[in-house]
Amino acid sequence: MGRKLTISCFRFNPNIPGDKPRMQDYELEEYEGMTLFVALNDIREKLDPTLMFDFVCRAAICGSCAMLIHGRPRLACKTMTRTLPSKFTVMPLPVFKLIGDLSVDTGTWFRDLQVRAEAWIHTNKKFDFNALEVRMENETAEKIYDPEQCIECGCCVANCITANIRPDFIGSTGINRVYRFLIDPRDERSDADYYDVIGNEDGTFGCVGLMACDDMCPKEIPLQENLAYVRRKMAAAGLKLKFQGVKIS
Amino acid sequence: MSAKNTHISDVLVIGAGLAAERSAIECASAGLNVIILSLVPPRRSHSTAAQGGMQASLANVAMGKGDSPEIHFADTVKGSDWGCDQEVAKMFCETVPSMIRQLDYWGVPWNRVTAGKKKYASGIETEDTKDKEGLITARDFGGVAKWRCCYTSDGTGHTVQFVVDTQVCKLGIPVHDRMEAIALIHDGETCFGCVARNLRNGELNVYLAKSTIIGTGGAGRIYAASTNAVINEGTGGAIALATGVVPLGNMEAIQFHPTGMPPVYILMTEGARGDGGYLLDKNMHRFMPDYEPKKKELASRDVVSRRMVQHIRAGYGVTSKYSTQQHLWLDIRHLGRQWVWKNLREIATIATNFNGIDPAKELVPVIPTQHYTMGGIRTNKDGAVYGLQGLFAMGEAACWDLHGFNRLGGNSLAETVTAGFICGKQVAKYTLGQTRNFNMKMVDGFVKKEEERIKNLISGKNGRENAYEIRDAMGTAMMDHVHIFRTGKSLEQGVAKLQELYKRSLKIGLHSSGQGANPELAQALRMPGMVRTALCVAYGALMRTESRGSHFREDYPKRDDVNWLTRTLAYWKEGADLPTLNYEPVACPILPPGDRGYGEASAGPKGK
Ligand SMILES: Cc1cc2nc3c(=O)[nH]c(=O)nc-3n(C[C@H](O)[C@H](O)[C@H](O)COP(=O)(O)OP(=O)(O)OC[C@H]3O[C@@H](n4cnc5c(N)ncnc54)[C@H](O)[C@@H]3O)c2cc1C
Ligand code: SF4
Ligand code: SF4
Ligand code: FES
Repeated sequence: MGRKLTISCFRFNPNIPGDKPRMQDYELEEYEGMTLFVALNDIREKLDPTLMFDFVCRAAICGSCAMLIHGRPRLACKTMTRTLPSKFTVMPLPVFKLIGDLSVDTGTWFRDLQVRAEAWIHTNKKFDFNALEVRMENETAEKIYDPEQCIECGCCVANCITANIRPDFIGSTGINRVYRFLIDPRDERSDADYYDVIGNEDGTFGCVGLMACDDMCPKEIPLQENLAYVRRKMAAAGLKLKFQGVKIS
Repeated sequence: MSAKNTHISDVLVIGAGLAAERSAIECASAGLNVIILSLVPPRRSHSTAAQGGMQASLANVAMGKGDSPEIHFADTVKGSDWGCDQEVAKMFCETVPSMIRQLDYWGVPWNRVTAGKKKYASGIETEDTKDKEGLITARDFGGVAKWRCCYTSDGTGHTVQFVVDTQVCKLGIPVHDRMEAIALIHDGETCFGCVARNLRNGELNVYLAKSTIIGTGGAGRIYAASTNAVINEGTGGAIALATGVVPLGNMEAIQFHPTGMPPVYILMTEGARGDGGYLLDKNMHRFMPDYEPKKKELASRDVVSRRMVQHIRAGYGVTSKYSTQQHLWLDIRHLGRQWVWKNLREIATIATNFNGIDPAKELVPVIPTQHYTMGGIRTNKDGAVYGLQGLFAMGEAACWDLHGFNRLGGNSLAETVTAGFICGKQVAKYTLGQTRNFNMKMVDGFVKKEEERIKNLISGKNGRENAYEIRDAMGTAMMDHVHIFRTGKSLEQGVAKLQELYKRSLKIGLHSSGQGANPELAQALRMPGMVRTALCVAYGALMRTESRGSHFREDYPKRDDVNWLTRTLAYWKEGADLPTLNYEPVACPILPPGDRGYGEASAGPKGK
């Protein structure tokens, strides 16, 4: 016999007139290898078909299922219930707009971020269908892959003090995204170009450096290092622009 | 229907995975106005889960020397067991190298060739020369003559989807995520768009366009156990089938991947075996060389999966705490800690997260698991869907027919972007020459029909059957009767069970209020279409009395080119409880049917 679990879920559906935020307890029996993916689906399919949450890959690859589990932002699909006490809470991620219950709108937030950070390769070269690829050191490719692994789950954002009070702050995921392009030799932007995009309080200078985001990342991206790199680069770019007499905000 | 819920564009793209987004880029670049809809934000599409890589004959790595589109073509046709469309395969193999390079240009951090002598865990020794250093490298994969699987560590799908999506962002193509297409709008001749349900608030929306592209991915979730994401329910194919005039091609061709990891059946990439991993039985014996002396663990997926089940049936399966059914072991310990945690990091993490196993020092439980839908919405080589003008399909949702009866590992990601490019161009060309007048009365009719369905589900007018129970019963029926080894008798039972479930699916009623973005309502709306899709698979399998690629009939174990060099076309007529099956010939203009070089037809000594 497994433990009896009591999962205390945040409930609120903004689309139902008169609905009010509340916590609702569900009881179910734990079994070997149970993840929160299994547990929440069991609740929905057997106890309460209205419960809203998001899963896609159920393999910690797609970033859909982040929520506050027992107070901490985590991916629900890879959280084993055995690592939790027999009674625990699940809440939607803060910062992001609530869709209903445990489901939040990370999609819109991240899209807005990609567009604002112009997070794509900027190059003046034209693609030639008949030419070989431009050579690159394997080491460089691996270095780019590291920050590229971000799955946009929002765990780091949820735990960030700045993001919780400043709605336009791009968060460590955003700064990490910029880092990914900064170190990519195919991107022809200068440091000053990047400075235009993130050399401000909603970008790298909004970060207060307390690293509440650092060990939140399920992909174990070294956020601390990457943030420091961007901040150094941008500080230097800012200084340079100042010396050149460019007025900066 | 209020006007605010109606969206008009030149091109409507249903889906935001790789195939869909790549085709959207092609259309937007031609100056067309494009809208994308998707169940989930693009970067959460199932394409991001692909680990292994993409096949393209770049011939940079030493073990790929001398590779060419012709050799890639031959591997693809043999892999398909001569079931594919050879013209499509040829065009694909010739185009895919430039697609890989374009992805590189857009920012995919492909792993590169490093010069020097190398000894692989598989015992192979090679030397990569200086002249190739820095070019895109490749790894080995099942069923191929040359190493041509290009990769980024083991997150290939992730990096490719993210990079393709950067181009969608750059072009400013609007993406309406959490928007599910639930019916196509058509007049029996032309498709005008779709009715969609907003998964944020439950409201219905109408999308009207000159061209509609379906890129909704696979239908793996009609099986209870699948490596597919939970959103892969085949709804794109189901809404096309529901028109009555569009056929699904070769639905019986379902791929089972040799290495799904129980208990949740997450995929362990083929890259693990490509990099030199072994399969072991309960006696720690490496059994694949007994069955397949030449290709060993790297015969094509259908063959390895069957050999594994055969070996388990012969009494060599493992019983362990990881699974309620017997399984086998994947052994990658000998690749070394550094290799495992660097080149196979994704699966190392998955094994650790979900089973507490460190594959650098422990064995990983594996079992053949539903993985890929070779069949799909039947199109011609331009991606134009049979039966309706202005409707196109691409990627796993389509039967362009690159894969025939078995897809080669690494050919699917490659297909998504290549089809998106080739067919996307054709969509653009078609759309530029079109004008449309939308008959709003007809459009309203389609909306009313969906409103009616929803109303009836909520009120329980047709019954109170439970959507989740029907889904589970369907998944189990597919596991029990339409799996790796098939027989006429068992398939008949499967079809009968599914017909019964289909009737019940028409009597579903909600057990909740159905208000707002209610998830039970979403499932209930999908169920009849999912059971219809499952019936296309089961009935197609029953009627195909031969074995070809992944479709293996124990009662008809041989490929039959005289009677079955055909493609199944399944239609659903209104009011029916079984699909109508037609067949079209499969031409082999370039490579005539022959021996695959692996598998039962060219079997080596039987297993011990
Ligand atoms: C675990 C795993 C690993 C794999 N590894 C490899 C590999 O290494 N190499 C390889 O070549 N292939 C691999 N494959 C196969 C390959 O990943 C898929 O076939 C391919 O990514 C499918 O891409 P797609 O664009 O067709 O669909 P998907 O990426 O599945 O996208 C489908 C899109 O359609 C949307 N959608 C679905 N239904 C609707 C609807 N009704 N309304 C609106 N939107 C809808 C979804 O939101 C999604 O955006 C793997 C598959 C799996 C399961
Ligand atoms: S270090 Fe910066 S980004 Fe990270 S939590 Fe603190 S303020 Fe947020
Ligand atoms: S950086 Fe890590 S925690 Fe933050 S969104 Fe990306 S994957 Fe999630
Ligand atoms: S469901 Fe994809 S990360 Fe959890």
